[in-house]
Amino acid sequence: MSVRDALPGPAEGGPATPPPTGAGAPDGPGAGPPSRRRLARARRSAARRRAWAQFRRSRSGMAGLLVLVGFGLVALLAPVLFPPETISVTDATGEPMAPPTAGFPLGTDESGRSILALVVWGARVSLVVGLAATLMSMLIGTVIGVMAGHFAGWFGVALNRFTDWFLVIPFLPLAIVLATVLGASLLNIIIVIGVTSWPGTARLVRAQTLAVSARPYLERARALGGGDWHQMSRHVLPNVMPLVLANTTLMVALAILSETTLSFLGLGDPLRPSWGGILDGAFTNGAMSVGAWWYVLPPGLCVVAVVLAFTLIGRTLETIVDPRRGVRA
Amino acid sequence: MTAPALEFRDLHLTYRTADGPIPAVRGVSLALPAGASLGIAGESGSGKSTLASTVLRLQPRSATVTGQVLVDGEDVLGMTFKRLRALRWAQASIVFQGALHGLNPIQRVGDQVAEPIALHEPSIGTDDVHRRVGELFEQVGLPPARAAAYPHQLSGGQRQRVMIAMALACRPRIIVADEPTTALDVMVQAQVLRVLTDLVAELGLTLVLISHDLSVLADTCQRAAVMYAGRVVEEGPSTAVFERGAHPYSRALAAAFPRVGDPRFRYAPAGLPGDPPFPGEVGEGCPFAPRCPHSRPDCTSGEVQLAAVGPGREAACRYPLLDDDEGLR
Amino acid sequence: MGPGARYALRSVASGLGTLLFVVVFNFFLFRMLPGDPIGLYTRGRNVPPEQIEALRAELDRPLLEQFVTYLANPFASTINSARYNQPVWTLIGDRVWATLLLVGTAIVLASILGTWIGIRAGWRRGERFDRVSTGVTLTLYSMPEFWLGMILLITFGVGVGFVPGVFPIGGIITPGVDPTSLAGVLDVMWHMVLPVTTLMVVYLAEYALVMRASLIDELGEDYLTVARAKGLMDKVVRRRHAVPNALLPTVTLILLNLGFVVSGAITVETVFSWPGLGLLSYDALRGPDIALLQAIFLLFSIGVIVANIIADLLYAVLDPRVRA
Repeated sequence: MSVRDALPGPAEGGPATPPPTGAGAPDGPGAGPPSRRRLARARRSAARRRAWAQFRRSRSGMAGLLVLVGFGLVALLAPVLFPPETISVTDATGEPMAPPTAGFPLGTDESGRSILALVVWGARVSLVVGLAATLMSMLIGTVIGVMAGHFAGWFGVALNRFTDWFLVIPFLPLAIVLATVLGASLLNIIIVIGVTSWPGTARLVRAQTLAVSARPYLERARALGGGDWHQMSRHVLPNVMPLVLANTTLMVALAILSETTLSFLGLGDPLRPSWGGILDGAFTNGAMSVGAWWYVLPPGLCVVAVVLAFTLIGRTLETIVDPRRGVRA
Repeated sequence: MTAPALEFRDLHLTYRTADGPIPAVRGVSLALPAGASLGIAGESGSGKSTLASTVLRLQPRSATVTGQVLVDGEDVLGMTFKRLRALRWAQASIVFQGALHGLNPIQRVGDQVAEPIALHEPSIGTDDVHRRVGELFEQVGLPPARAAAYPHQLSGGQRQRVMIAMALACRPRIIVADEPTTALDVMVQAQVLRVLTDLVAELGLTLVLISHDLSVLADTCQRAAVMYAGRVVEEGPSTAVFERGAHPYSRALAAAFPRVGDPRFRYAPAGLPGDPPFPGEVGEGCPFAPRCPHSRPDCTSGEVQLAAVGPGREAACRYPLLDDDEGLR
Repeated sequence: MGPGARYALRSVASGLGTLLFVVVFNFFLFRMLPGDPIGLYTRGRNVPPEQIEALRAELDRPLLEQFVTYLANPFASTINSARYNQPVWTLIGDRVWATLLLVGTAIVLASILGTWIGIRAGWRRGERFDRVSTGVTLTLYSMPEFWLGMILLITFGVGVGFVPGVFPIGGIITPGVDPTSLAGVLDVMWHMVLPVTTLMVVYLAEYALVMRASLIDELGEDYLTVARAKGLMDKVVRRRHAVPNALLPTVTLILLNLGFVVSGAITVETVFSWPGLGLLSYDALRGPDIALLQAIFLLFSIGVIVANIIADLLYAVLDPRVRA
């Protein structure tokens, strides 16, 4: 899959981890399909190693990856670092709206909860929502994009028009309207971001599909009687995926920003505040008018760091996947 | 004896890239008296276009250059930028491949032809510039009214005529034509070439014509130089180089463009095995030796220098072919 | 009919298609809300019985009939805003000018500064100015604009440590000042400083990145080499040949991304209590004030669709290849 899959792999030159072969087929000459599949797998893993070697050379890409790993660890360890009761409104132990002290390194909110604990727990929500929304948007975008590119007739045209319409509708007003209709919850935020942000991916995938469809091997697949499903899943998708993955990384950045904005507007789950939700709390509880910078600064900095990290990784991946486009990065 | 109009003295040019230095030109010395015409032939990657770009010091910044390029006795590589700008187009100009992207797509072609006139001869009034552009268009066989067209409104051949008109705009004494007919239809190629050579003869200009087609050079230039892997491997009267090349590579190149009706081309052209060496990987000895049908064991050691092979002819080959050798044909 | 006219007609028709889609979407989405529609539209408000009756009469009509009425004139909504108890389009009409002033100023400043930065960075790609400015613009681009606004507000409006809060913390004008007097105009400008700065900085980042990318796309083009070969100075090559070509995609992209501008307006107006459409959206959403939300969504969509059409037409004006 992505470059990160190659992370724990050996450095170039080391032996490739043997792929787990299903039935332990013999590897002698004329072993047939299993060996061919193994060949394809070896080729793919070699390509991954090459991409990883290239990625490692990019300083900004590596910096982004490092930041991301750090935030990922913090998000995973949140329950260990701060037991759930520390962010409960009723069990809070601090003074309300107190500036940073030794006990509360980032101060407290209006109910006396530690901002540090809130931000650590917020990382879980922000990252999960960002990733889930991206996954959803990527799935919708890829399916619609591949179909719009593959089917040449009215169906493809209709899908393309549909994509264009969605592309034009301004994101935030649409998201607000949808979130209002669906109600405030984490799942709904994921759905709202997912169904409003797919058109970009769809367009990219469609263009790529059209390019792939013109290639000779697809013509051959058609001539040999390969059905639409076979063509799309075996030939089009594998060729479109690398670009989609690079694009996905950039989209996670946008999804996290969108989540922050929607939560700030009060459309998130008030019981499980993301970074945007914390900012909503700061805003509605008058943190700004009392100058409580410690309430506002940390969650925003986290958003900037994570979004920037995803952006840098995405730009690096784009350079690797599509050098012509990536030159601009 | 007067100084040559254009002279290269031991010119070396190396591109710096992420994958290490790539020497594109490796010690070229050529001299061209005023009014003479020289054709430079070679495969892509032989360094001929790079050589052409140095005449106006147009090589990219990432290139390191040593040696001299003398235009009317003045070293282009060493002069101040101000002097260089004054020399560009006024003393020497280049006919680029106009069929592609040599013209600014959003400017009228007449304005693009007029631009250097207004720049180098600021005393000329707008009306006179306009009149000169009209004359130039007539000279290259275009109706002056076409000056108001945008590049995309012209055919490939018309665009190339504009490029020629543009090169003549400031009445330079030296014209470098870099593959002026590539990417044009065969019939149009002949017309454009005729326009160019007629004008050069009529105005008594010094011409450097770069092409991968040795037969074209034989028809249009007095002398021809054949380049391989960044070096001149043969230089002499163009018909002699084309018809009775002393260097095996010249013969191979000539055989690649058979002349219809010439009995010597009754058999299919003998292609060359292998590819030209990658510029970064040229080893010792004759760079052509690995592909040469006549190579002998000692061809791969030492330096192979240009040496006289006849009156006014030089070749960089230890075992030059004689005039009556069958060679590759 | 010339090719230019055909092109214009096609882009207008495509815009109208999108508009139709938005209108249909807007109508049916809110009709899908669960619960009593009357309750939704009047939420938390004492409404005179005759108004309820009128509302019920409107909402009890067959859906298709309602839809046809809406389609005929989406601006003739008879349902009042639940929060303000006023016709929604009157409310919007009152608020639109504040938004245009704020967003317009920010866009003008941001596009000038942003394209300047993008040109400088792209032309000398990889050099120090480019590395620094790209780092800064990417960081700004990663920033939630309302957060930047909150930080600016705390620092320069409220004051932190040694920094005194000199700027107003919200609103468009000090109450009691006559907006038509010179003092009023200056007061409005004073109130604009922080929100305009916030929006400008965020927009600028986008414009600089887009301009840089499209200039870099042009850098390898042969016509720039030709221009240099003619003896033009580097800056003339840039100004006369590279920038006009690179501006084409930038201008259209800026117009196409008006949705992005709208997002910024909503959150930044909220932070600075700027009485424009953005703040109105926030109020409508907190209600939620369904009738108002519906109207605002339609308005923003129309704004973006119109910007798209303008982008298409402008491209045709600027690029001779499209006209032909």
